[in-house]
Amino acid sequence: MSAPVAQAAPTTGAERRETPAPPGRAGGAVRGRAVRLQAALGLVPFAAYVLAFLALPTLIAVASGFFDDEGSFTLANVAALGDPVILRTFWNSAWLSALTAVVGAVVGAAACYALIGLEGTGTRAVVDAAAGVLAQFGGVMLAFAFIATIGLQGLVTIWLQDAFGIDLFADGAWIYELPGLILPYLYFQVPLMIITFMPALSALKPQWAEANLTLGGTRTGFWRHVGIPVLAPSFLASLLLLFANAFSSYATAAALASQGSQIVPLQIRTALTSETMLGRENLAGALALGMIAVMALTMWGYSAVQRRAARWQR
Amino acid sequence: MSGPGFAPRPAVRWAIGIVLVVLFAIPIVSMAEYTLRDAASGHSLAHWLALVDPANAGRYRPIWTGLGNSVVLAVTTVAIVLLLLAPTMVLVRLRFPKLRLPFEFVVLLPITIPAIVLVVGLAPIYLWIGRTFGTGIWTLAFAYGITVLPFAYRAIQSSIDATDVRTLAEAARALGAGWPTVLWRVLAPNLRPGLIAAALISVAVVLGEFTIASLLNRQNLQTALVVVGKQDPYASVSLSLIALVFAFALLVVIGRAGRPRGARTNQKGRS
Repeated sequence: MSAPVAQAAPTTGAERRETPAPPGRAGGAVRGRAVRLQAALGLVPFAAYVLAFLALPTLIAVASGFFDDEGSFTLANVAALGDPVILRTFWNSAWLSALTAVVGAVVGAAACYALIGLEGTGTRAVVDAAAGVLAQFGGVMLAFAFIATIGLQGLVTIWLQDAFGIDLFADGAWIYELPGLILPYLYFQVPLMIITFMPALSALKPQWAEANLTLGGTRTGFWRHVGIPVLAPSFLASLLLLFANAFSSYATAAALASQGSQIVPLQIRTALTSETMLGRENLAGALALGMIAVMALTMWGYSAVQRRAARWQR
Repeated sequence: MSGPGFAPRPAVRWAIGIVLVVLFAIPIVSMAEYTLRDAASGHSLAHWLALVDPANAGRYRPIWTGLGNSVVLAVTTVAIVLLLLAPTMVLVRLRFPKLRLPFEFVVLLPITIPAIVLVVGLAPIYLWIGRTFGTGIWTLAFAYGITVLPFAYRAIQSSIDATDVRTLAEAARALGAGWPTVLWRVLAPNLRPGLIAAALISVAVVLGEFTIASLLNRQNLQTALVVVGKQDPYASVSLSLIALVFAFALLVVIGRAGRPRGARTNQKGRS
């Protein structure tokens, strides 16, 4: 972080277009340089914070995967990533995240569409608050909510049994296994989509719709030729964010899937807390590395798409 | 009609709204029903009365400690977002436009680096913090500030993108305003929707956080729910429901306070 900061001060000098001196306040070259230095100093507190609480812990976590408990360098932990059990776990995490991200994004976008033009109303305030609560509802509360709903004694389970004679768990108690995570995950994915995608919809300019109408366009035509092309990058960016969110989600699964380690975060916890797993105490670091690799790929896609989204938001 | 020309027809709006509200209400209704069950397969307030029974006060004390800790953490985390992240974003936008992409890369990293990964590296750091600054709960907000970074960034950045920050700042500077005035009296009101959204999502994240607190052995609302839930599942469902309603009410209040004061009258004037 410190290197780009140091480079930034001279480059802004060339960018005179970006910071024209206000008329009557141009104070000469010396003063200009001092102001730029002051501006660069403004970046220091945030840079220091990120270094101490993001860069440093990440380095420690990943580096621990390359050392055994005696402190000497080893590749044994990283090699364990090729283990069929571990690969299966990564595959489980990937499809669970992809499924809930796609469904969550489509349903969330529909909700955003229904909310157009309601800015500043009571409805919008309630939806914003509810989405804020539910989007990070993860963990224990979410697990309890779904145990009370579609658990073995859940309200919906009992209702289906009494009213239609349908046994939700005829094939076993899947709520405590991987498929049981789909509905709880959607319960936080859809609200997260509303939160992340709504600003993009709000940035659609009413003037574009007016221009479309003035030129004889229809409402459908507006969405086909203006709305959807403009929103597509934002939609895709939000979708990738949802995937990342599901992939790294830990607490819900920890509370619901009581047995086994079906997804990567649970596998990390097992590696952290159990000392007997595969005989490798620092496997957690290697799993963390594998997880970061998948996430980095996703976020690389996100930033590429987001660059296109920014085009219409200037 | 209200809203821009591309707003949905009322029938479509209602159809989507009703379906989603019903689907999302089911788990909440189920939780409420679950807490009202009693042993004789009927319904009563037995489990709720047990919560307020003084005889059980000791059993439920962790909840109140955890709730207090979570509130302290939420306030500290929002302060980090509004006083550290937001001004830095404005500074990058105004003075270092070439840093925008590297900056975005850094603030989105916490999505790439999940809490469960971060906590492995945070453990030794918090050992040191504990020895230097004491084991006060508020220090955990430094870690939470990192976990909310991507969400807060997206909220604030969409407001910055939708606002002509540069022109506003230049106009204010040309009229003789200092930078604190520009930030506080010119930019902050214009960026209010993004700042409010960032605060909302930060509060929600902190109130729901479990991973870091539990693995660093700190007590917050979620870890307290687990502790109490092990002895009394009905209590933990009841308390989860209370926590949800509490968080929801909190966010409604914050959302109301932050709404631009003229918004309603403006909309009426336009339609």
